[in-house]
Amino acid sequence: MAFDFTDEVVLITGAGAGLGYGCATAFADAGAKLVVTDISQEALDRVVQELQRSGAEVLGLLKDVSDSADVDAMLKAIIAHYGRLDIAVNNAGIATPLQEFHEVSEAQFDRVMAVNLKGVWLCMQAEIRQMLKQGRGRIVNMASATSRNTYPNASPYVTSKFAVAGLTRTVAMEYANRDIRINAICPGNVATPLVVSLVEDLSVLATKHAMNRLGTPEEVANGVLFLASDLSSFSTGSLLEVDGGWNAT
Amino acid sequence: MSRMLNKIAIITGAASNPGLGYSTAMRFAQEGAKLVITDIDMVGLAAIEKEIAATGAEVLAMAQNVVDEQRWQAVIDATVERFGRLDVLVNNAGIAVLKPINEFTQADYNMQMDVNLRSVFLGCQKAVPAMKDSGGGSIVNMSSVAAMRGMAAVSVYGMAKAGVQILSKCVAVEHAADGVRCNSLHPGLIETNIQNDARRDNPENHAALGAMVPFGRMGYPEEVANCVLFLASDEASYVTGAELVVDGGLIAG
Repeated sequence: MAFDFTDEVVLITGAGAGLGYGCATAFADAGAKLVVTDISQEALDRVVQELQRSGAEVLGLLKDVSDSADVDAMLKAIIAHYGRLDIAVNNAGIATPLQEFHEVSEAQFDRVMAVNLKGVWLCMQAEIRQMLKQGRGRIVNMASATSRNTYPNASPYVTSKFAVAGLTRTVAMEYANRDIRINAICPGNVATPLVVSLVEDLSVLATKHAMNRLGTPEEVANGVLFLASDLSSFSTGSLLEVDGGWNAT
Repeated sequence: MSRMLNKIAIITGAASNPGLGYSTAMRFAQEGAKLVITDIDMVGLAAIEKEIAATGAEVLAMAQNVVDEQRWQAVIDATVERFGRLDVLVNNAGIAVLKPINEFTQADYNMQMDVNLRSVFLGCQKAVPAMKDSGGGSIVNMSSVAAMRGMAAVSVYGMAKAGVQILSKCVAVEHAADGVRCNSLHPGLIETNIQNDARRDNPENHAALGAMVPFGRMGYPEEVANCVLFLASDEASYVTGAELVVDGGLIAG
């Protein structure tokens, strides 16, 4: 990996699996000091152990990003341990099973919004309060190719991701002159536990992409590291598609 | 510093310094690329060629009017003959004809559309077969935030850049199976010769524009070059048909 994040303190939420896990390992390879969170103790323990075995410095926190008390405690723990937060990757997200819009329950809608949108909202607020004190910060939000393209039968998820894109762009504007850069990554389909839980036949998903294949967590992580790095130093409020051409069609 | 190690890259419009082509060429050279740089200004280009060669990088400089179809073929052929293949094309060459719509002559219109859009079409068309033979490649097309937002006096420039944006997506769709990725890059206000000319011609307007950038400053060409680097590199292996905006927040507002 050509990126260098030596000694930078990087938070990744939902790092126990999938894209969050891919980002954590990529940042670890690049020399970062990590904070990883997840809602599952088992997943959290596993990723912390693996990262430590690879030689990374890592703080693991069991947190639900949709819970404001958890998010506040998360930031306090980061500052107590590392003294600062340089980069935040707001990745934690969920999806509900594919179903027609009129069949979606209110509870399903609320839960998806709570994690995918309000979770990002709460995390960004806590992160930015800290980054304002530091005079510097970088935030990468996990949006989706479905922040601009649609996906029938996934209405709560798509709605939440459209909203994350809007949240990213408008908040980026507020802090653009205070050295806090905020961008979003828009992945296409990757064979993560979230995606695999929704769709039995992944080969059908591949056809959505001009490249006719799913992406890998490494490919998405490369985009996240780019947005967190000085290579993207003049970008804020932008959405980077890493989707094998889905958004092109 | 080896993202482009041994990759063969063509960069058009590389003679202007400060300029996006120049900065991209220098950055690619740092990252290990072998370069073909082109421009219509051979005097300026010769100076850049010398500077790049002095870094130890291999570089071939060619005069090129990017509107000329046969010259495009000659540049591609010379690249393959010299270096054996083609991995990256940066369609950067461009001009800015900025004036209110009612002041445009047909000659202005044709010049702006030819140099900024027809050129990119020709480049993509001629480069793809060579990239296909090389096992794949990455095309980065220089669009602009002017493709996405209406700006006074920027109509035909914006039209050309919007054309580049959708062209890039079509190239991505048509040639994904050939291993060719194609993306558009959308800079905002960047400190280049185009901006220096605009500042000289209309200083008040230019100052007002700069104050509009949320970052509080215009961008540096190196910052755009870094984005080209990412899109050209293997780290962007799943990025195609995408629009990367590098504008200090100008159009997020």
